[in-house]
Amino acid sequence: MKILLKGGRVVDPAASRDTVCDVLIDGAVVEQVGSGLRTDGAAVVEVPPGCVVCPGFIDMHVHLREPGQEHKETIATGTTAAVAGGFTSVACMPNTQPVNDQAGTTELILARAEAAGQARVYPIGAVSRESKGKQLADFAELRAAGCVAVSDDGQPVADALLMRRALEYASSFDMLLIDHCEDPALRGGVAHEGYQASALGLRGLPGVAEELIVERDVTLAGLVGAPVHIAHISVRGALRAVRSGKERNIPVTCEVTPHHFILTDEMLKNYDTNAKMNPPLREAADRDAMLQGLADGSVDAIATDHAPHHYDEKAVEFDRAPFGITGLETAVALSLDRLVQHDVVSLSRLVELCSTNPARILGVAGGSLEVGSPADLTVLAPDARTIVDVKTMRSKAKNTPFDGWELHGGVAATIVSGRVLYVNDAVTGAEVFASIGESIPGESAK
Amino acid sequence: MGPFDTSRVAVPGEPGATPPKLRTGLRSRHLLSVGDLEGDEISLIFDTAEAMKEIELRPIKKVPALRGKTIVNLFYEPSTRTRTSFEIAEKRLSADSLNVAVAGSSMVKGETLFDTARNLEAMAPDMIVLRHQASGAPFQLASICRAGVINAGDGMHEHPTQALLDGFTIRAHKGQIAGLKIAIVGDLLHSRVFRSNLLLLRALGAEVWVCGPPTLIPPGIERFGVTATTRLDEAAEGADVIMMLRIQRERMLGQFVPSLREYFMVYGLTVERVERAKPDVIIMHPGPMNRGVEIASEVADGPYSVMLDQVANGVAVRMAVLYLLAGNPDEM
Repeated sequence: MKILLKGGRVVDPAASRDTVCDVLIDGAVVEQVGSGLRTDGAAVVEVPPGCVVCPGFIDMHVHLREPGQEHKETIATGTTAAVAGGFTSVACMPNTQPVNDQAGTTELILARAEAAGQARVYPIGAVSRESKGKQLADFAELRAAGCVAVSDDGQPVADALLMRRALEYASSFDMLLIDHCEDPALRGGVAHEGYQASALGLRGLPGVAEELIVERDVTLAGLVGAPVHIAHISVRGALRAVRSGKERNIPVTCEVTPHHFILTDEMLKNYDTNAKMNPPLREAADRDAMLQGLADGSVDAIATDHAPHHYDEKAVEFDRAPFGITGLETAVALSLDRLVQHDVVSLSRLVELCSTNPARILGVAGGSLEVGSPADLTVLAPDARTIVDVKTMRSKAKNTPFDGWELHGGVAATIVSGRVLYVNDAVTGAEVFASIGESIPGESAK
Repeated sequence: MGPFDTSRVAVPGEPGATPPKLRTGLRSRHLLSVGDLEGDEISLIFDTAEAMKEIELRPIKKVPALRGKTIVNLFYEPSTRTRTSFEIAEKRLSADSLNVAVAGSSMVKGETLFDTARNLEAMAPDMIVLRHQASGAPFQLASICRAGVINAGDGMHEHPTQALLDGFTIRAHKGQIAGLKIAIVGDLLHSRVFRSNLLLLRALGAEVWVCGPPTLIPPGIERFGVTATTRLDEAAEGADVIMMLRIQRERMLGQFVPSLREYFMVYGLTVERVERAKPDVIIMHPGPMNRGVEIASEVADGPYSVMLDQVANGVAVRMAVLYLLAGNPDEM
């Protein structure tokens, strides 16, 4: 079936497009983008004023917890949360139980994702068997099963020799290596090392633990000429290392999470376990450096590090609580508010950070509305008001420090493969999207 | 601004302070951090503790101030001094008190702190005195409890009644705290006694020096409003008060210091080092001390040591805190 999205602002940096025009979808692919497209045979949707049509957003760093930790999240709930947050695709980290270090697990993830029929799922395989940092996982097998990248996320690849060989080996299968950069010898804390942690009596996680491994990874990537992607960068020294690598034409990219470009360790004052994550909330100078990196192009992508945990797991003493917060259903509204409304980046740059670049870095389809691209669309409502409310979230988990925040900007609708999977009825006029495609029966934004 | 920025606190009775309003109680029903106390509240606790000391001189050391009040001493860490001090204070005030000691291992596999607290709450105690190894636990507990919560030591964070009894002891010996040079020496990084004392002493106008090996000085110390040094002689020079902190042997294994022998050589308080201080210096230690590690026995047992005063004052100060938080004003 054909759908014509008519007369909306279309922002597609991959095609250098930021104009009011029409987008014609034929089934699962984009058939045409341009002005005054013919409507015959297509269901016509007049894009509501204020809505912006973008290539589908891709969150390249999520934890879907399945298999093994379904009490936190499942592939079905996680991907439903993704589309409700405006993401048409997610790349899921391998720290499941068992670890995604072999084809069987990858296939299970893909089968569950297919059955859920929500956001696309790109599995990320493990760098090492069981992510133990000793022996390489079977990259070719993981690639053949559908993994797009490898990472031992949650753990750094501690051993420099293993890292070097993983980089060399992964690149031969066009697999990206994503590293959680943290020197294991400098771990052991629960909060960013600095005045706040010292005042609150919390053991510190020093920023240099990240910086040291980023420097190492950039250096190794330069040595072997293979790409490395730095997960959830959070300190200014690490960003400096990435910039320096880029200046030397080393194929290094990096992502930053909304919480690291918005929050600081001042949030820890009440020992709120929803302010506990790794990397931890850093000091203001680091947060400001992340904003600078988003603006000047040294940061390549926004990713959520969506880390769902069960309520009971977080309702404990700060020291005992697991690291991580959810992010899929807050990231886009937070980014629109804190980045676009506050003039840190343009809307077009935001689309680059959330769609164009993640697709390019991961080497997956999408990230653009060029003819023949998958019909994955995120429709933004930059002027809508979003009130973050954990009670209405699709994710199984409620561990977010943003509950109750009022934000300027939101998601109007999410379309995956030509199917309207999410419509936000809090956005004026967005109901037109519900009238088309195979929107979920009985689904409503509230 | 942070919890250690105490410049805003006016101190009644100290020069330049605004005249105090007469206080008969504390503003909060909890005592979680010294940082929550205004200067006039600290003075009120000290003055009340003076009155409590008078009770100790009576043949029958008991008043009905907390008659009918139930107090639970919930201790997740072993403690002799603090727990017995609270218990004696509670008994002297006629409270019904009970001790719940939760071993660290059973906590890990068993009930959470919050479920334990909710179960205790169902039995309607008036106060919970909590000692816990996790920083912030009393704050989290207070947010879900109807009972008042007293922080009896939380992880590396705070130990408010220890600081109050230390301040009370200093005031008893020196008359006032403003303007004194007070050196706090030892394992600052892990010390809740240090953090609470710092808040208290700065609020009362002391000039605070801290000294320890660089590995045991908390990151961000420059924002704590103290003079930090790694040279004990500098910290001791002209000091009115030297407060030694306990070295926790089990924590030192993480390569904070090469050996306890070397620690004593560089940071141990010896008679020679005490001689750099003022002639009327007082030496304090929150206990339990390691003789020959952070302090020489000659100093610990010497004329300047006020360690047993600290212990004695601990009961009076805790009586004052309990009374002000939970007491019936008519029944002193």
